[in-house]
Amino acid sequence: MIEFKNVSKKYSGKAAVENVSFLVKEKENLVLLGTSGCGKTTTLKMINRLVSPDSGEIIVDGKDVKDQNPELLRRRIGYVMQNTGLFPHYTVRQNIALVPELLKWSKSKTEERTEELITKLHLNKDCLNMYPNELSGGQQQRVGLARALISDPAFLLMDEPFGALDNVTRAEIQKEFKALDEFKRKTIVMVTHDVQEAFELADRIALMDKGKIIQIGTPKELLYKPTNAFSKGFFDGQRLALEFKVSRISDLWEFISGDEIADDDSFTAELSVWQVMETLRLTNKAALKFLHKNGERKSVDFNILTQAFNAYQNSHRNE
Amino acid sequence: MHAESDKLLTQTFQHIGLTFISLLFAIAIGLPAGILIARKRKLSGIVLGIAGILQTIPSIALLGFMIPVLGIGAKPAIVALLIYALLPIIRNTYTGIIGIDKNIIEAAKAMGMSKTQLLFKVELPLAMPVILAGIRTATVINVGVATLASYIAAGGLGEFIFGGISLNNTNMILAGAIPAALLAIFLDFLISVLQNMNFKKLKKVIYAFPALLLVLAGFYLLPSAYGSELTAGFTPEFMGRKDGDLGLKSAYGLKIHTIVISDAVMYKAAFENEIDVISGYSTDGRLKAFDLKILDDDKKIFPPYYAAPIVRQSALIKYPDLEKVLNLLAGKITDSIMTDLNYRTDYLHQTPERVAKDFLAKNDLLKAPGKGNKGIIKIGSKIFGEQYILAEMYKMLIKGYTDYDVATKTGLGGTKICFDALVNNEIDLYPEYTGTGLLVILQADAKTSTAVAQDKVRTYNYVQQEFFKKYKIKWLKPIGFNNAYALMMRRKQSKEINVNSISDLKNYLDKN
Repeated sequence: MIEFKNVSKKYSGKAAVENVSFLVKEKENLVLLGTSGCGKTTTLKMINRLVSPDSGEIIVDGKDVKDQNPELLRRRIGYVMQNTGLFPHYTVRQNIALVPELLKWSKSKTEERTEELITKLHLNKDCLNMYPNELSGGQQQRVGLARALISDPAFLLMDEPFGALDNVTRAEIQKEFKALDEFKRKTIVMVTHDVQEAFELADRIALMDKGKIIQIGTPKELLYKPTNAFSKGFFDGQRLALEFKVSRISDLWEFISGDEIADDDSFTAELSVWQVMETLRLTNKAALKFLHKNGERKSVDFNILTQAFNAYQNSHRNE
Repeated sequence: MHAESDKLLTQTFQHIGLTFISLLFAIAIGLPAGILIARKRKLSGIVLGIAGILQTIPSIALLGFMIPVLGIGAKPAIVALLIYALLPIIRNTYTGIIGIDKNIIEAAKAMGMSKTQLLFKVELPLAMPVILAGIRTATVINVGVATLASYIAAGGLGEFIFGGISLNNTNMILAGAIPAALLAIFLDFLISVLQNMNFKKLKKVIYAFPALLLVLAGFYLLPSAYGSELTAGFTPEFMGRKDGDLGLKSAYGLKIHTIVISDAVMYKAAFENEIDVISGYSTDGRLKAFDLKILDDDKKIFPPYYAAPIVRQSALIKYPDLEKVLNLLAGKITDSIMTDLNYRTDYLHQTPERVAKDFLAKNDLLKAPGKGNKGIIKIGSKIFGEQYILAEMYKMLIKGYTDYDVATKTGLGGTKICFDALVNNEIDLYPEYTGTGLLVILQADAKTSTAVAQDKVRTYNYVQQEFFKKYKIKWLKPIGFNNAYALMMRRKQSKEINVNSISDLKNYLDKN
């Protein structure tokens, strides 16, 4: 668990982070979202003491970070950067083995874990003996991930980790990352300015501007229950797409007309509206069948989908 | 020839030793200094500034500064060389480290590396190419500056170079200069090989480097493992002259540990007990200043050195009044007078001009300058105080008693250089010594010179005759003093070990 209590930081008289307080629950993925200069990266770096706050407390694992030995603290926290920061004079294998070496692991343990991660992250075994500059951007970023994950730290900090990648590679890696079991069992704080990415990966989002947290909540909460004009305005540019991505079939269930159908090949109702639309397009089927958690099955085509979605939206507006 | 090649080898090893020891220390100081200012950027301005200023001090001046503090020999030379090597090493270490991609440093810190681990695993390896470039620059600079080390008797290839310059022997100069240049190129190449190695190989070499440095530094100490108790310091010119070191060896069989040192530094070094026996001049003022005693030349290897102006015959014809005026000084300066005049310039630090003026005034020879429009007479001189004084006297006499003007070309380093200038019309006259004329210029064979050198008049007549015959150069009347080469040592020490002549010295050394 990570907790910020009234943390502030100034750079040359200007407030970079102002009186920020929040809690990151265990195994939660919290995304710090905002435009450049909003203080999200500074906030992130205070967790592993790369930056020291001017005032306030930062509690990691029950103890204030300033009372912990910085090097020991950092060895327990994985760190992924936008520019990877891989050592150019070390091979991929040596780069990944960095923290295990600091933790004095045995060579065999390190090798075992390295192979495991390479496979998980879909990297070719050949690249282990190559130098970072011989790899593509996407491969380098995966190595960066491997390096952060190898000692299986309870915490993971990510600073715009996929920002330097092209759109296609980025989407790929996001997907892979989300599918990792590591993703689900670690407490992760991620910084990004990419709204889509935030919505894709976050359990909760902390929206920041000018050093302050404007609103913190699940993607749905931020979208449907903005607490102020800034929050509302922030997502307006992509509102519709986000709504499609955030709303699931199970959310629309009550608004889906039509009768129950027989046992059949069905998709889970936990798919988002966006995913369903994509699948309808791609498979060229007229309708798809869905199985809800409660055991019910329904059939959905484009018309039904759109109607149900509209009804769902209206129900929100009337709240 | 064999002796020369031995000498060359010795000098080369000394040169390598000097370069490497100073480089070792410069790295030992410079590398940590560079790391320090990379950590504490605020200090970078001061530290780099100081190193930079130190480097702008001219090399010979720096060597000169070291002497009162560290004496002569290898120590001051190494300190001076180390100072020159500092700037490139500190600056390149600093630049190398701060030039590393900040992301890499951040990642290293975020992984949980301590400052030491960061330094040794990340910063130094990544900065190494730039640091090595700095060491490379420093090495080449050092090989060059180390040639000056012979000035303060630290040995090295400079001995041949300076010796060659004094004796106007081009071959000798090249014998020192070419190996030095080759050494610089070779070392530069070696380090460039290091620079291009990849990290794994480099690591192994880095560990071998200090060991290698120590071995090479040891070379320097090797040649100096002499047994002899006393040390002699001779000028480069003395080393090469028949009436110098060569004569000492052949006539007396004198075996003494010898270092080559410049005239400027020699007397002080003897005074400070750094060396015991020096090759000096019998009218040198510093004799008086440092309380030195002349050892009797019982085997008479040093011929008479009576001073007289030598003039090109063509100049005497061109300037008819010249001969009379120059001879105004004939017989006017005795040994003791000359020693006193030298004492004033060497020890009381009066200018040669003032000393000349005072003397002429005292002897009613000083006259106000004439019109100075009837032609320019060029007076030359060698590179020590007495010559400057005589040149000034002649200048004032000519200007006072004639309407000629005078241009002086003083400080011509060495007899051969001076004489060549005279023969080639670059100067019209300069003060020379009969003994030098006999042995160095005429290079009379052993039989003739021994015969002629027995008597000062015979020497004078012989050189006068030969000079006119061979070169159409006339020896005017002797000025009156005998400035002979002499071996000298501290009066106190001479009393202590009861050495009063050169033979005494030889016997003393043989016994011990």
